[in-house]
Amino acid sequence: MADNRAEVIVIGGSSGSIPVAMEIINALPLSYLIPIVIVIHRLRNVASELAQVMSATHQIHEPEDKEPLQKGHIYLAPQNYHLLIESDKTFSMDYSEPVNHSRPSIDVTLMCAATVYKENAVGILLSGANKDGADGMDAIIRKGGRAIVQDPSCCQSPVMPQEALKKNSHIEIQNVVSLVNTLLLYSNK
Amino acid sequence: MDQEITTEQLKEVLLLVKARYGYDFSQYSEASIKRRLERFKKIARVSLPDLKYHLVNDSSFFFWLLESVTVNVTEMFRDPPFYKALVNAVIPLLQTYPRIKIWHAGCSTGEEAYSMAILLHEAGLLERTRIYATDINMANIEKAASGIITLERTKEYTANYHKAGGNADFSDYYSALYDNVVISKELKKNILFSQHNLVVDEVFNEFQLICCRNVMIYFNHALQAHVIDLFYRSLSPLGFLALGTKESLLFSDKTAKFEVIDNTNKIFRLKANG
Ligand SMILES: C[S@@+](CC[C@H](N)C(=O)[O-])C[C@H]1O[C@@H](n2cnc3c(N)ncnc32)[C@H](O)[C@@H]1O
Repeated sequence: MADNRAEVIVIGGSSGSIPVAMEIINALPLSYLIPIVIVIHRLRNVASELAQVMSATHQIHEPEDKEPLQKGHIYLAPQNYHLLIESDKTFSMDYSEPVNHSRPSIDVTLMCAATVYKENAVGILLSGANKDGADGMDAIIRKGGRAIVQDPSCCQSPVMPQEALKKNSHIEIQNVVSLVNTLLLYSNK
Repeated sequence: MDQEITTEQLKEVLLLVKARYGYDFSQYSEASIKRRLERFKKIARVSLPDLKYHLVNDSSFFFWLLESVTVNVTEMFRDPPFYKALVNAVIPLLQTYPRIKIWHAGCSTGEEAYSMAILLHEAGLLERTRIYATDINMANIEKAASGIITLERTKEYTANYHKAGGNADFSDYYSALYDNVVISKELKKNILFSQHNLVVDEVFNEFQLICCRNVMIYFNHALQAHVIDLFYRSLSPLGFLALGTKESLLFSDKTAKFEVIDNTNKIFRLKANG
C-alpha cells in the first residue's frame, strides 16, 4: 500500500474544508507532479471563482469534458456536475441527480479513481458535515489504494471523516501536517 | 446486487440492447453509463443475469432502462449567463433572416426549447421562427410536447429567467393547472418536438442556430466527433453552435471551422470559409 506509486490524488471536502485544502496545496512545491483532483461541495451559483481564489501560488483549474488528466495539474470539480474519470484517464462530466445531496459528489469521483487507478489512487477526505465520500474511500481501499481522512478531532465538521472511518477501518487518520508530508513523500518516488 | 459492473459485463448488456432494440450505446462515455446501469440495477432490484433476461423478453423493461440510463435532468433558463449571451450576441444576428430555424438536439423534456421561445418572443422574432426540438427518448418528447411543468419548479425558473435578464412577468408565459403549470399556446405553436437519435439519424434541415447542451458529455471522443460533424453539416453558412458550459470543440477535427464567440458560455460560429 504505502509503498505504491501514486498516480492520482483525490481530495474531497465539504463545510470547513476549503482552508484546509488550500493549506495542503500551498505547502506542495510548484513542481509537484502527481495530478490532484479537488472535489469540494459548494453552494449552487456561489463562489464560482473558487479555482482562482484557492491558491495564490498554484494554478488550479476546472477541467472541461474529456480533458486528459495531466502530470503537474491541479483540478477542481466544477459546480453542478459530477466529475468522472474514464479508463483512458480523461475527465467526463455528468449532470445526473445529486448523490448524498451533492453535485459534485465526492463518492462519484473517488469511485472512478479507484476503478481506473486501483492501487495507485490516493483518496483524502477532509472536514465536512455529511456522509459523502465514505463509499468512495471504501472503494479506494478495496481496490488496493490508500485512503486517509483528516483527523476528525481537528476538523471544523468531523462527520465526513467519521462516516468514512465507520465504513472501512483500513482508512488512515492524519492531521494536516502529516497529510502534507505523506503527499511530499509520494513525489519523491 | 450492489456489485460493480465490469467493462466486459457492460459491453454484453450494450450488445444485447443493440441487437434486440437497435439502440447503440457502445460509444457513450463508459464511466457514466456504467454508473447509470449500476444505479438502474439497484432501482429495478435485479441481478445482472435477470437484467439481461428481462431485456430479451420484455420491451417495456428496456424502455424503463432507457429512461433511467440517459440523464434527463434539465431546467428552464439553466445557466442564466448563457441566455444573456444569446440575447446579446446571437439573437440580434438571427434577426437578419426572414425565416429562422433553430435545432435543440437532446432537448429532454423541453424546458430549454421553451426558454428559447420566450427570448425570441421578447425579441419579436418568434412568429418567423421554427424551433425543432429533438431527443432520443420518446417519453421525453411526449412530456415536452405537453408543455406541463410542475408548479414547484416555477419559482426556480422565474429566478433563472430574471437572472438571464428577463423583465416581463414570467407567469404570463404559463397558466396554472392544479399542481402543474402549462406553457402558453403562443410559445408552443412554433416548436416541433420529434424523435432523433444523434448516433444514427442524419441531417434533416438547415439551421442558423443549433443548441446541444449537456448531451455530448455522455459520449466518448469518437461519438462526439461524429455528432459535431453532423452539426457542421446541418448549419447554414455563419450558423451558430451552442454547447453546455463544460463542453468544448477542442477534441474535434472541425475545431478550425468554427470561431469562438463566447468561450465562457460556449457559443461558436461557423466561419465564412468554413
Ligand atoms: C442532460 S439532458 C440535457 C437537456 C438540455 N439540453 C439541458 O441542457 O438542460 C440530456 C438529453 O440527451 C438525450 N440524449 C442522450 N443520447 C442521445 C442521442 N443519442 N440522441 C439524442 N438525444 C440523446 C437524453 O435523452 C437527454 O434528454
